[in-house]
Amino acid sequence: MPSSKYLIFLGCAVPYRVSAYEISARKVLTKLGVELVEMPEFNCCGLPLDPVSHETMLILAARNIALAEQEGLNIITLCPGCAGTLKKVNRILKEDKALREQINGHLKESGLEFKGTITVKHIAQVLTEDVGIDNIKKAVVKPLTMLKVAEHVGCHLLRPKEYIGFDDPEDPKILRNLIEATGATCLDYIDETECCGAPSVGVSDKIALQLARDKLSHVKLVDAQALITICAFCHIMFDTNELRIEKLFNEVYGIPILHYPQLLGLALGIAPEELAFNELRVNASKLLQQISEGAK
Amino acid sequence: MRSYRGYLLMTENATPVVKDNMREPIRASEINPKFKYELIKQHGSEKLLKCFQCGTCTSDCPVARYSDSYRPRTILHMAKLGLKDRVLKSDTLWLCAACFTCTDRCPQDVEVASVIRVLRNLAAEEGIFPQVFRDQCESVLESGYAYKIPDLRIKKRESLGLPPLPKGNPESIKKSLKGVKFMKHMENKGDSNAKQ
Repeated sequence: MPSSKYLIFLGCAVPYRVSAYEISARKVLTKLGVELVEMPEFNCCGLPLDPVSHETMLILAARNIALAEQEGLNIITLCPGCAGTLKKVNRILKEDKALREQINGHLKESGLEFKGTITVKHIAQVLTEDVGIDNIKKAVVKPLTMLKVAEHVGCHLLRPKEYIGFDDPEDPKILRNLIEATGATCLDYIDETECCGAPSVGVSDKIALQLARDKLSHVKLVDAQALITICAFCHIMFDTNELRIEKLFNEVYGIPILHYPQLLGLALGIAPEELAFNELRVNASKLLQQISEGAK
Repeated sequence: MRSYRGYLLMTENATPVVKDNMREPIRASEINPKFKYELIKQHGSEKLLKCFQCGTCTSDCPVARYSDSYRPRTILHMAKLGLKDRVLKSDTLWLCAACFTCTDRCPQDVEVASVIRVLRNLAAEEGIFPQVFRDQCESVLESGYAYKIPDLRIKKRESLGLPPLPKGNPESIKKSLKGVKFMKHMENKGDSNAKQ
């Protein structure tokens, strides 16, 4: 298996709310030969403050990139928001010399400099490009052929296309291919590429929950046994809020929401206890039972 | 999901203001014909003038589907007309979820979501922004993280077999952010000038 080495950039939402994502991602990446190095220092990627101050976002993102450059390593992120922001800023500052000088003027105050020497990748991209779908398939010891699941790619992994530049945001394949590599079937459903609603939380919870509800109802319509996410915020929207949405709209979903590394981990033969299934709000024990029965 | 203090200040609770703001007749005295030229100098809204009001942004917007008032096409039109005050004081400006669907589908290559971000930035510079951003900015200045991660969570990492969290270095962050216009709103803590 090819080896690769990355600084792991956790962001804020992962350590704040979704440790199951981090636990399972670390297990899976290590197992597939991706070496993870801890960030020596870190700050918010900048995205949450972009709406009020683009300059603040640029400085915060550039700080992180500059810190990683000092270590001489590329960045892997779990959160697509962090990945998108760091990628975009990395590109803008590499191309726009005047802006780079302006931002470096700010970083100089704390002894940092953006040079433009590293790249940033999201975990889905590392799994696809560095490890490779074929190698994942080879590493699978417990194919999940008994499972029919749905995917939720989310927005920031692929949009805006101009800055992210891989896969097709209108008909994405990246997560689908990763799911199918585990042996599971990935079902189609209405508005598969739509937003989960998370960014509207705090400004309009009502709209945010409506959007999440739409997705859950479409996923239920195709009888998916689970919904697979690859983003901390999307996961919070569906998992943490599923019960709340059920109450609010007087509906029942009962759909477990798994972080993709949890699904992959099961296929790689890692025990569910090690993949933090107990951290999920929507109980996945029935799903785990179906998998273990199906495997017999 | 946390309920933010900002929630009370914005959107559904302030819907009548939004409706009045958007539907009042336009007075010639409100129009600032040079506003659009200000906007096209900013990163992200350079192509605003190419917008020909086709409405792709609004018809594909997931938020517009559930909001009575948020219409990206209307916001861009108001900005082009020069209704600066009206657009900057509008609550609807803050409803964009930044999913970038409008940006990716605009037939004129206008970065619609970025134009909205530029308008939000201008409003924020004047002190008009939802509380949730003040909370997150305060948290970044205090800890480096956008959310205040409880000590219990940080301690729990060890029992979960996770390495300690990297240091946030707030002192260094504050130094880097010196001179950023928006930061003037973060200096007077407790003096809530959000959404006046």
